[in-house]
Amino acid sequence: MRKITTAFALAAMTALPVFAQEEEKTLYFYNWTDYYPVELLAKFESETGIKVILDGFDSNDTLLAKLQSGGAAYDVIVPSDYVIPGMIKDGLLLKIDTPSMPNYVHMKDAFKNPDFDPTHEYSAPYLWGVTGLAYDSAAVGGAEIEHSWKELFEPRPEFEGKIAELDTASDVILTASLYLGIPQCTESNDDAKRILDLLEAQAPKLKMYSSDSTVDRMASGEVSMYHVWNGATARATAQRDTIRFVYPKEGTPMFRDNFAVPANAPHPENAKIFINWMMAPENAAAVSNAIAYANAIKSDEFLDPKWRAMDAINMPEEYASRLVPTLDCGPAARDLRDKIWTRLKG
Amino acid sequence: MTGSPALRRLGLLTPALVTIAVLVGVPLTLLFWISLLQKGGSSGVDWASVPSLANYIRLVWEEDFDGTMILNTSYLVILLRSILQAAVTTGLSLLFGLPVALWMAGLSRGQRDLMLLLITIPFWTNLLVRNYAWLIILREDGWFSQMVDFISPVGPIQLLYNDLAVVIGLTYSFLPFMILPLYAVFEKFDWRLLEAAHDLGAPRSRAIRRVLIPIAMPGIAAGSLLVFIPCLGAFVTPALLGGGKTLMLGNIIQMQFGASRNWPFGATLAVVLLSLMLIAMVTMAIWRNRRVR
Repeated sequence: MRKITTAFALAAMTALPVFAQEEEKTLYFYNWTDYYPVELLAKFESETGIKVILDGFDSNDTLLAKLQSGGAAYDVIVPSDYVIPGMIKDGLLLKIDTPSMPNYVHMKDAFKNPDFDPTHEYSAPYLWGVTGLAYDSAAVGGAEIEHSWKELFEPRPEFEGKIAELDTASDVILTASLYLGIPQCTESNDDAKRILDLLEAQAPKLKMYSSDSTVDRMASGEVSMYHVWNGATARATAQRDTIRFVYPKEGTPMFRDNFAVPANAPHPENAKIFINWMMAPENAAAVSNAIAYANAIKSDEFLDPKWRAMDAINMPEEYASRLVPTLDCGPAARDLRDKIWTRLKG
Repeated sequence: MTGSPALRRLGLLTPALVTIAVLVGVPLTLLFWISLLQKGGSSGVDWASVPSLANYIRLVWEEDFDGTMILNTSYLVILLRSILQAAVTTGLSLLFGLPVALWMAGLSRGQRDLMLLLITIPFWTNLLVRNYAWLIILREDGWFSQMVDFISPVGPIQLLYNDLAVVIGLTYSFLPFMILPLYAVFEKFDWRLLEAAHDLGAPRSRAIRRVLIPIAMPGIAAGSLLVFIPCLGAFVTPALLGGGKTLMLGNIIQMQFGASRNWPFGATLAVVLLSLMLIAMVTMAIWRNRRVR
């Protein structure tokens, strides 16, 4: 055992200087898991000579915790819309001035000047999507279900025991609030009690809480209903064509994910090269084609026809009014959320 | 180096003492200090807050949704569940580990080395990957279900996403930590002692109970601690195989440092976990000392 420890220590000591020498051509990319086609990193490396090291996180909270601890060194991160103002305020992001990048001209006008970073000083759009409800229509004999969160919280008998919930307190509690007509980020104890009651009644009908392997679980038929993202649903549908996606009428949370550079990034110049490269239409389209989320770049002509046919990523226009942007909840609301979640699973 | 032998001894000990102080003392002190503070507005810790025991009180007493203070059983339930799960896993590891270690000790030199290699091979793979493998084995259309269905058709069997699955996963993950210390004891075991017990008229069960088990006790104690302690803090296996339906101590600590952005309370829970481990070790030490005397 002692020998092994010594060997590790030696390896660690000799490895460090090597990293330092290669610093020039490296990029540490911290993205959501399953949210980037790794083949595209090979293309980036062959075109720019910069080697990308990819690491994954599962929620904005994990990302924030990593950045706030100060120990993590990443060059490009992918925060969602609602966490960006707080990150800017806390001085966690580096100014990158996206409009000065050559490929900025390819950005769709609708995505310029977003509320969370009005002049794109700190961020550049990556992908956007919604968190809705996916179900396997084969479980209900091909019938269509109601466009309501009721189907998730008070499910039909056909779905009982075959439903998966996201294992992220913020997503689950936001959705329960929408269904109950309670404002997002509520700080009212009565509201919290109603949310907890709803979730406790739902829990026995669930198969699991999980935010991983969502595509596989749906495609393999392990679950027949999933509270999940539209792009994951589209990819599952490509493997199992009876899967459908619903934009619930009480409100469908929307997320807009962005590239940003942490203030302590070791290779900020490489980060800017990468972000500019990602705004080139063929590269943005390659991401959308691989993982089925819409991007913010004028690249529609490159989009794979198999995705164009799916409701899950081409939202029918009449659902636009159902989209709800996510808010960044304050400490009191987060405390309540924590209390609900601990009671639910305690 | 001149001076008294005591001074020289101190000088030689210094590197070790400094290492322990820097790598163990400082982080633990920091952890304990944070557990007395309050969380910050948007970041983890409010360093300027007045130290208090509020986080420890919160473990037991909590403001209910209607504003009254109530006994909060959530954390106690999670604590007891974690202890129970760790205890059951330790028991199962012992049940499976003891015969395996005994059998290995009776093999020839070459076969023993091969077995040791086979037992350590799983550690070459990440714990997460090994737990995913159990998903494939245990799920409804998985290997286990298919095998049972082949022998007698009973339809799909759901073994995943419950406490049983978690215990299976934990036992699998930590079994080597039980086998290796037991093997180390049995390897040196003088088999003639069992023969002697037999000659003196002890039936097999009594020979095992009165001779084999007492001699194996240091191995059993070491193995049990090595399994029990990491099990208490396990969070990958419960999240993956338990379907995230119930929280373990490890999960709520992770939750406080992540989603809840409440580092002080996370630190409080970590201090509780550390104390539990310490209690387990001290109990074991006292119990063994008493046996020796």
